[in-house]
Amino acid sequence: MVFWPRSSIAKKFLNAVTGIGLALFVIVHLAENLLLLTGNPDDYNRWAHFLHSLGPLLTVLELGLAAFFLAHIWSALLVYWDKLKARPQGYRVYRSAGWTSRQTLSSQTMIYTGLTLLAFVIWHVVTFRFGPYYTVMVDGVEMRDLHRLVVEVFSDPINVALYVGVMVFLGFHLRHGFWSALQSLGAYHPRWTAVWYSGGVLVAIALAVGFIVIPIWVYLYL
Amino acid sequence: MSKKMTLHLRIWRQPGPNAPGKFVTYTIRDVSPDMSLLELLDVLNEELIKKGEPPVEFDSDCREGICGTCGFLVNGVAHGPKRGRTACQQYLRDFKDGETITLEPFRAKAFPVIKDLVVDRSAFDRIMAAGGYISVNTGSAPDANSIPIPKEIAEQAFDAAVCIGCGACVAACPNASASLFVSAKIAHLALLPQGQPERVRRVLRMVEQMDKEGFGDCSNHGECEAVCPKNISIKHIALMRREYLRALWSL
Ligand code: HEM
Ligand code: FES
Repeated sequence: MVFWPRSSIAKKFLNAVTGIGLALFVIVHLAENLLLLTGNPDDYNRWAHFLHSLGPLLTVLELGLAAFFLAHIWSALLVYWDKLKARPQGYRVYRSAGWTSRQTLSSQTMIYTGLTLLAFVIWHVVTFRFGPYYTVMVDGVEMRDLHRLVVEVFSDPINVALYVGVMVFLGFHLRHGFWSALQSLGAYHPRWTAVWYSGGVLVAIALAVGFIVIPIWVYLYL
Repeated sequence: MSKKMTLHLRIWRQPGPNAPGKFVTYTIRDVSPDMSLLELLDVLNEELIKKGEPPVEFDSDCREGICGTCGFLVNGVAHGPKRGRTACQQYLRDFKDGETITLEPFRAKAFPVIKDLVVDRSAFDRIMAAGGYISVNTGSAPDANSIPIPKEIAEQAFDAAVCIGCGACVAACPNASASLFVSAKIAHLALLPQGQPERVRRVLRMVEQMDKEGFGDCSNHGECEAVCPKNISIKHIALMRREYLRALWSL
């Protein structure tokens, strides 16, 4: 019996587990970056320095995150590929029946918002993780001045605009992704599913707005 | 007596499985708003036959919303504008006088067009043959009733068992996934004692067959639920996924 990993259900398990993992990462990442707004650049650099002091543990976390990304994209592409094959001739006239349908702009554009996020993540890692290595002394220790790099990147309005745009896409991706992941894992509840479905909007907006505020703030005030 | 209507039907005409198809528009005058959409097609077909043209092929049997034989897209929605109904239960009063109604066959690789609005849904039969059955002998009706089943469970199973296998879920799904149909069949048997012996095998085999037939994967758009003439909930798709996980654990 072939049920792993090509089975339609297994694919969605993988996509959902990795999607939730990525969403959790994004939440933690937002919290970390809110340190940019404390008014003291040392707070930000100290935290980054702490992460790097983890050494091999950090490497494990980074590789794990990369694996989650790859598995998420791989399973998403398989779903998309099967979708293309499953209806070779499309409808001339098609519309959503509305009512209880959860088909939204967000659900229809998962592959586009997702691929945009992929392009963004590559650019993001290249600019920050592998970007210029400035140094600074904090508490008598020499460490990487990531704060300076962030301020430098977001002093360019084009970067700010791109970043804000991509975060809107992230919001859209999570608007469907949040509740969809739970449904993919079989977590349906007569009452709570409605809560997750509507709550997805709040999660999506909260994360998108959080990430949108940062570059704009940095551009305006730092 | 309600006013007579004039309607234009824009219908997908395709002479055979491999022949190219195209839309043809027909005008039908002076029809009663209380006629059903299929009766409108009957009227059109009589006119076509009189003119010596081939009639529009479409499937129907009971014409009372219980058999699951009829079905096509009406103005872009599987089965048509009124929710919770099959195509045979759509009435002209729900359309506007002078409106052009587009009729298109269910489209999916696994549902090839045979002719006009008729598609081959035997993929569903093969999924059922792969596991949608029970092999215990339930005896005659009184014997079956001697197995006590709590009311909520009986009702939950019935919510799934009302599936008439029309295929609208596949037709409406942006991914052409058969998940709602397959999950309804799995749920209705998984919830009942008679369904227990094959429970693990059933979900694995039916899902495997569903994938083999070339249906897409479920992306949780929930469009199936909105067009289902029996209002079957996507909660059954979640249940199918739990059954699948359970089956993987018990292998
Ligand atoms: C890196 C590129 C990414 C791509 C190409 C991508 C693509 C996709 C696609 C196409 C789906 C829908 C799968 C389906 O239709 O069944 C999906 C679901 C999802 N994505 Fe992403 N995504 C990406 C990044 C992310 C990120 C960064 C997050 C976290 C913030 C995320 C969270 C989710 C979640 C939670 C789901 C729902 C899982 C489910 O429906 O089972 N994705 N992704
Ligand atoms: S013809 Fe039987 S359901 Fe429509």
